[in-house]
Amino acid sequence: MSEVNTHTSNPAARRKVTRGTVVIAADRCKGCELCIPACPPQVLSMSAGVNAHGYPYPELAPGCTGCTACLLVCPDFVFQIYRYDEPIVDELSAGEAQQ
Amino acid sequence: MSKMRLLDGSEAIAEAAIMAGMKFYAGYPIAPATELLEYFAAKLPTAGGVCINADTEIEAVNMALGAAQVGARAATGSCGQGLALKQEAIAEAALNETPLVVFNMARNQQDYFQATRGGGWGDYHTVTLAPKDLHEAVEHTHLAFHIADKYRVPVIFMGDNLIARTQMGTSLPVPELDPLPPKDWALDGKMGGTGKSRWIWTFGGGKAGNPGLGPDGYWRQIAEKFEHIARQEMRHEQGFCEDAETVVVAFGSGGKYVEYVVRELREEGYKVGYFRPITLWPFPGPALEAATRNARNIFVFELNAGQMIQDVMLSVEGRHRIKSIGGVSFDDSGLNIGPMMDARIIRERILAQLNGEPIRQLPISGMGAYL
Amino acid sequence: MNVIDTSRPPERAAAKVADFKPSLLLSENHHLCPGCGEPVAIRLILEVIQELNLTQNNVCILGHGCYGSFIMQMDVDSTLCLHGRGPAVATGMKRMRPDVAIWTLQGDGDMASEGLAEIMHTAARGENITCFMLNNGVFGDTGGQMTAASVVGQRTKNTIEGRDAAYHGNPIKVAEILANMDGTAYVARGSVHNAASINATRKLIRKAFLRPMHGHGLALMEILTMCPTGWFVPPGQGAEYMMESLGKVYGLGELKDVASETETVNP
Repeated sequence: MSEVNTHTSNPAARRKVTRGTVVIAADRCKGCELCIPACPPQVLSMSAGVNAHGYPYPELAPGCTGCTACLLVCPDFVFQIYRYDEPIVDELSAGEAQQ
Repeated sequence: MSKMRLLDGSEAIAEAAIMAGMKFYAGYPIAPATELLEYFAAKLPTAGGVCINADTEIEAVNMALGAAQVGARAATGSCGQGLALKQEAIAEAALNETPLVVFNMARNQQDYFQATRGGGWGDYHTVTLAPKDLHEAVEHTHLAFHIADKYRVPVIFMGDNLIARTQMGTSLPVPELDPLPPKDWALDGKMGGTGKSRWIWTFGGGKAGNPGLGPDGYWRQIAEKFEHIARQEMRHEQGFCEDAETVVVAFGSGGKYVEYVVRELREEGYKVGYFRPITLWPFPGPALEAATRNARNIFVFELNAGQMIQDVMLSVEGRHRIKSIGGVSFDDSGLNIGPMMDARIIRERILAQLNGEPIRQLPISGMGAYL
Repeated sequence: MNVIDTSRPPERAAAKVADFKPSLLLSENHHLCPGCGEPVAIRLILEVIQELNLTQNNVCILGHGCYGSFIMQMDVDSTLCLHGRGPAVATGMKRMRPDVAIWTLQGDGDMASEGLAEIMHTAARGENITCFMLNNGVFGDTGGQMTAASVVGQRTKNTIEGRDAAYHGNPIKVAEILANMDGTAYVARGSVHNAASINATRKLIRKAFLRPMHGHGLALMEILTMCPTGWFVPPGQGAEYMMESLGKVYGLGELKDVASETETVNP
């Protein structure tokens, strides 16, 4: 699923890199889900709950690249995109790395 | 003021419009408005303007709307048949406050209803100027653009084929008119990104953060504006009404014929007067009411089955004997004013009504032009 | 799943690379349906206007369709004209203000159905304006009826069993017609069904503004936009449905460009 760095000699020390993030105006979302397949690292998924208007909205998992694809396809101007000055590198457990 | 020239009405109107600063005209050929289009096509480009032969009447009037919305004086023109096609856009101009002049070189006098009642949707009227001849047509051309700009409304110039095609000597005088406010509402394209961008929209909605009145409030405001115009812009001409027992009401070319006949009858001792609405909307009802206060009879001469007579009746509210002395009258082509527009016939009809005699019906013009 | 807090900007050092809305939109809020493609197309158009420094030198003429409500959102001088008459209104404007970028925002109902005469004649005259047709093959604003651009087989509220060519007629391909007319400078068809197509369409929109500004003639920029409400599909399936229906009939890309690539610079 998420971007996983496999260029390491130690499988137990696989890493997830998060280069960017988004602000999601969840209350403006109409739940169309266009952003879900648009996300190249596939780190967006729809919420289980709903916003004030009764729509589910996207939630972000680690691994965002700040590529703006979600913003481009969103009809409701829900996304604001940031790129970190320094990427966040998460060490994954063996279980997470196998997902 | 230039020197006297012998011009037909169409050319005089075209010259006057250009002198009034009109920069855009779009039209579609139709008799008797065709000459106006031809003159504009010839004269407007050299005067720094644009004349477009549009693909439809509808396209023509919408082009003129666009030109007017960016601040230019713009007009379109046709006759009654084309006016019918333009009505949606005339309503649009009334409701989105675009100054627009429509030259209706009518074939006859059957466009009274569609000019004065509003042929489109919404609560509006169209200011309608009906000149009696070329001289007044020149004046009204200037006035039409002035009123359009003053109130941001469409104005119909109600000419006819007699005015369009009759030659008269004119120096093309320019009437003195009040200064107009700047067109700071025009869409010049410069306000983008400022948060104060402009809009022109019949629904009166504004911009996010600066909402307009909304449709209900906006259309109430438009209706109030037309009430205001109605009070301000009524125009008429009258003669011999003070002691008249009979007042003859007629508009446009018909008014000029009636004036001639009334003067003739006055010289013969008949107590008749004439009343000519110059603005068909707003109809000068209060002035007609005052002019006929001492009269018993009101005779209405119009070349149609009875259109303006309704406004006459509404204005005087049944205190008079109101009779039509006009009627449908075309020549045998169906394109031109018929034989009823004749001083002898008008005289005959006034006298018949005064004497309680039946009005002589004219022979039908037939199909001679086509057979 | 580990959900990141996206309710506020990150505390960690980061650069904002893209904002919710283009700055020429006054508000993010609008009443268009979930999954609608039109706001996506409008974002692109407004961003290109800014890129080309046309912000304070353009007038938009909106037709009648769902997109028309953006007259209240777009921070550009604009009018909402009679149904289908945009190119005629634009003609009057352009002739009186030749230095201003004049553009129409229309739908397939507005342009291909009600306003076919206006776009054809305006194209033939070679007016230096840009006309956008947001094509979703349906009258979205009235709830999903057939337009002249509905494709054969397409189900709409008045072609319940699908558009039958023998009964309802065939779709009119406005872009293909205009590409074959003298007077047009640029004709292209883009789409907003995914991020790649959106980025490609942005480049086409740029040329669609530049060609008329350089006096080459009319530019028609058709953009396929999703209308899941009018197609009776779930919002998330709109993009796929569009490319399986309209996308099969209306090919993407440039249909005509009379100018060279070197002219793809700021006016």
